[in-house]
Formats: sequence, C-alpha cells, structure tokens
Amino acid sequence: MYAQMIKSEATQDDPEQLAAFQARIDAGEKIEPKDWMPEGYRKTLIRQIGQHAHSEIVGQLPEGNWITRAPTLERKAILLAKVQDEAGHGLYLYGAAETLGVSRDELTEMLLDGRMKYSSIFNYPTLNWADIGAVGWLVDGAAIMNQVPLQRTSYGPYSRAMIRICKEESFHQRQGYDAIRRMAEGSDAQKKMAQDALNRLWYPSLMMFGPSDKDSVHSAQSMAWKIKMNTNDELRQKFVDQTVPQAEYLGLTVPDPDLKWNEARGHYDFTDPDWTEFYEVLKGNGPCNTDRLAARNKAWDEGAWVRDGLLAHARKRTARKMAAE
Amino acid sequence: MTFDAAMYQFLLRMGDNTLILGHRVSEWCGHAPVLEEDIALANTALDLIGQTQMWLGLAAEIEDKGQSADDLAFLRDAWDFRNLLLCEIPNEDFGRTLMRQFLFDTWHSIQLGHLTKSSDERVAAIAAKASKEAAYHLERSADTVVGLGDGTEESHNRMQAALDYLWPYVGEMFQSDDVDVVLAKAGVAPDPASLREEYDAVLLRVLSEATLTIPDSRFAHKGGRSGAMHTEHLGHLLTQMQWLQRAYPGCQW
Amino acid sequence: MKNEWPLWEVFIRGQHGLSHRHVGSLHAPDAEMAIKNARDVYTRRNEGVSIWVVEANQISASSPSDKGPLYEPSESKVYRHPTFFDIPDEVGAM
Repeated sequence: MYAQMIKSEATQDDPEQLAAFQARIDAGEKIEPKDWMPEGYRKTLIRQIGQHAHSEIVGQLPEGNWITRAPTLERKAILLAKVQDEAGHGLYLYGAAETLGVSRDELTEMLLDGRMKYSSIFNYPTLNWADIGAVGWLVDGAAIMNQVPLQRTSYGPYSRAMIRICKEESFHQRQGYDAIRRMAEGSDAQKKMAQDALNRLWYPSLMMFGPSDKDSVHSAQSMAWKIKMNTNDELRQKFVDQTVPQAEYLGLTVPDPDLKWNEARGHYDFTDPDWTEFYEVLKGNGPCNTDRLAARNKAWDEGAWVRDGLLAHARKRTARKMAAE
Repeated sequence: MTFDAAMYQFLLRMGDNTLILGHRVSEWCGHAPVLEEDIALANTALDLIGQTQMWLGLAAEIEDKGQSADDLAFLRDAWDFRNLLLCEIPNEDFGRTLMRQFLFDTWHSIQLGHLTKSSDERVAAIAAKASKEAAYHLERSADTVVGLGDGTEESHNRMQAALDYLWPYVGEMFQSDDVDVVLAKAGVAPDPASLREEYDAVLLRVLSEATLTIPDSRFAHKGGRSGAMHTEHLGHLLTQMQWLQRAYPGCQW
Repeated sequence: MKNEWPLWEVFIRGQHGLSHRHVGSLHAPDAEMAIKNARDVYTRRNEGVSIWVVEANQISASSPSDKGPLYEPSESKVYRHPTFFDIPDEVGAM
C-alpha cells in the first residue's frame, strides 16, 4: 500500500474530550476539518495522507518511463491516462491533507528533502514493457486492497478522496492485467518479458503492505481511530490469495518455491519478502531512490519560474482591475 | 498527382502533426512544474493521440494496402513522416513547450475550423471532433503564454527566447504545394497560404497581451510537411517510439 | 511574499440538472485558471457541464460547536415531512 509504517503520534489531550472523540468514531461518525480532534490524530493523518499523496506522485515515474515507448497508439493513450490519474489522485490527497492545516507546498518540500517518505515499491525500476502490465496488476492490485476499506475511514475529507480514487482506480488494475495477459499469450519473447516482470515485482509488491504489525502499538491506535482498517498481514494474505490464481491463469510462475495452498487455513502459505531489503529501500538504498527524488526535485526547481510567473501575472491583473475601478 | 495520392499525403500531414506533437507533450507526464499543469498537459497529449488514430486510420484506409494506423505510426522511417518541423522540436523548458503549443494550436484550430466544412464527409467528421479539442488547447496555451510573457522578468525573458527560437518554424504552415492545390480545388481542405492572415491576427492579439515581440523576419525552415528535410531530432524520437514494434515485429500488444 | 498558488474549492454540476456539488479543491493563480484546471482535473470522465470555483479562504462555514443549536431544533418538526400524514389508500397518490 502507499502509506507504510505510519507511526501514530502520542496524544496529550483532555481525557474527557478524548473519550467523546473516540465515542464519535466508534459510532461511525465522520470527523470533519473544523471538528475538535486530538493533536495525535491530526499529525498521524497528515503523515499518512501526505505519504499516500507522495506515493501517487513519485508513482508516476516508473510507469511514465514507458509512455514514449508504448507499442501501440491505444496502449500509449491508456498508459498516459492512467499515469495522469495518479497525478489526479495525488492532487485529491494533498487536498485532503490541506484541510488539516498543512499546505501542499510544505508537504512537497518535505518529500523533496527526504523528511517524508513514499511507498517503497516506486524505488524499483520498470525494465521491460510487461512491467507496465505487472505494475497495474500487482501494484495497483495491492493498493486497492488497502484503499477500498479506507473509503470508510473516520476522517471525512480522506474518506471522500478515497471514494473518488477507488472509482477511478477500478480501470487501472484491469488494464494492467489485460496488458500482461497479451504478453503471456504472445510470442516467446513476450512470455519471457511477462515472467521477468513477475519475478522482479512479486516480492516488492508483498513489501508494499509493510512488515507484520500485529503487535504494533501504532497500528492499534490507528485502527482505533479508523485511519487504518486492517492489519498488514491480513491485507498481504488477501492479496496473495487473490493474485496466485490470476498468475496461474496467465501460465506464469510466482517466484516462490514454497508457495502452496493450505487447506486447513483456507489460505496460501507463502514466503515472506526479505525485510532487510525493505529497510534498505526505506533508508534510501533501493535501486531507484536517488533517481526518483532527483527527478522530482528537478521538476520542482525548474518549474519555479513558471509558478512564480503565472502568480505574478495574476497579481498584476488584480492590481490593474482595482486601479480601474 | 491523383486525388487519392494527394488525400493520402494530406492525411499523413494531419496525423503526423498530432502524433509527433502528442509524443512530445506526453514526455512531460510526471515532470511538469505543478500538478495541475501535469494533468492538463496529459489531457492535451491524449487528445492529440486520439486525433492521430483517426487521421492515420483514414490514411491507411485510403492507402488501401492493409495497413493500420499503428503500422503507419510505428513502421515508417523518418523520410516518410509529413509533420511540421515545429512539432518535432524538443521540449526544452516549459516556456518553449507552451510557446510551441500556442503556435501550433493557433494554426490547428483555424485549420480544423475550415475542415469542418470539408467536401469530404470523413474529413469533416474528424475535424468536428478535433476542432473542439483544439479550441480548448488554444484557450489554455494562449492564457499561459500571456501569463508567463507578462509575469516576472525571468518568465518574460524565457518566453521571448522561446518565441525567437521557434519563429523560423512558423512559416512552414503556410507553404502550399501540389498536394494542397489538388485538395483546395476539390474543396477538401483550405489552401495553407490562405490561413496566414487569420493566424497573424490571433498571434498579434495574444503576443501583444503577453508583452512579447514578434520577430520581423519571415524566414522559414521547411521540409517537414513535404518530407524532404526533417530536423535531427525526429530520428531520436522515432527510435524510442518505434522500438518495441521494430525489435519484436509482428507481435500483438 | 509567499508564492504558493491560492487554494480553490471546486463545485461541479453534472449531466442531470442537479445542483452544483463540491468535488474537491485545487491550486491556481487566479479564478480563470482555476476554472480551466478544474476542467482538466475534475471532468476527465465526462462528469460535468458547469463549473464553479471559489477561493477557499472566501468560504464562511458554520462552526462545529453550533451543531446542536443549528440542526437539532429541526429534528422535532416531524410534521414538515410528507410521511407524517396518513392518507387513506382510497384517495390515491398524493
């Protein structure tokens, strides 16, 4: 998912107000921007929504990497529309975070100087065209696991953003599966591309859910606040259970020799991803961390004169209008 | 020149313009100065790709050699491309990209406006859809050119530099040749030279508001729309765009 | 001077003649660009036929602490709803 290892903020508020707040959440009420909320709730949400938004924006890069090389006009249009949607989703989420008293520019600067994170998955490269299919199928598939329940999250603006995102996102996973299916059913070279993509993206996709958090205090607090709806393990298991038959249908092999159906549990048993690698990626040592952040910084720095220029023009026009009145 | 041969050339010109420019604009996805511009540029690129499918689809139909729009886009070499040189100029900074867009949109929307009245129904139908898209592109690029031209000193200087650089690529839009004579006579498409007056009027209005100076030279690079001479940039663009189709011929994607 | 573009709230009227509805927010240097940005951001799937934008800091909102006084008094005015009245079936639709 797009927000990983969110540390919930400790809260030091009046116990009575806290209890009333928790009662509202337990009753299924939505918390709205001007409502009283614990400082910890506000800060945790800013971190979580911000990280989610950053993931959408950085997530444009690995897929955008193939827009100019898409093999047909239709695939090019689909991919471009999809990557554009990610920008839109980032925009909706920044909008939700802004209702909590932080500006988009502040959040952006925290992304650019490394104070805020984005999902580990986008630090992996897209190396062949089948990766585009695999990203839609696996990465969007994993994200959806998390985003669908988040439509019911307690914070109103976040919930509304998620509803809009889920509505738009439903085509993303399907287009990904459709693209990789064409490859899996194609020439030997295309089959090889499809298998190669699955080999490289399988474990990074499992990492998206974050390490096991069944004993985490932070997760317990976030779940009580209904800003996290399921444990990481629940979602990961659900993802594996859903994805394995889809891979089988394609005739592709999931790169896990120990993967097998467990009749007693009613779930697949699978190998955990390498969490050492995960922590390295979080620290900045993934294959693409440096390049991703450099690309975002470049876009931001080189865009400054554009943002300033258009704003200066708007101010001039207002001043002229006032002078004329 | 037979009518069909002229028609085929004309459709390639329309479709290659949108194909190559759409490709250039799509290069911005994920890299624009602000999210709202990123999304807007992608919309423009999507419109252009959609128009390409229609123009090249019709070109392939008229060529009648069993090719598709994709075959025309991905399997022709540089000398077979018929786009204006302006469309293949690299993006450089956002200023040059938006100036290029404005210079193209102005011509494109005037051209498509005429084509909605084409004697050829298929051309008129494509133009009817595309002209609405182009009208919005022009509104947006013109506003941005004005905003940046009359913004800060830096944005003004960058826009003037972009205009100066791109200006020699404007004249090509209005150079008529045998293809144009055949189509103008048949009432399919306007004579390119006849569009210049309307074009200059829009340019003068927008660029004055943008406080930019139109260079007074009328020198024009040419060769794109006839295929006689492209820029060096086109080959590089094609090596990316056509790579998969070339490396793995005959595959379904 | 702070150079972040102002925040605008976006309201869109859909195809079916309903009122404009709040759909989200965006940034733009002025109202005209805000409308264009809204068109590009919020109507990508054919969602609207009319757009309103208003600068976010120009919106006045009711205060959450007034919730009781503002909304609860109407709860007891049950006779304002058509279901309050029994109309005999024989009378037909009303």
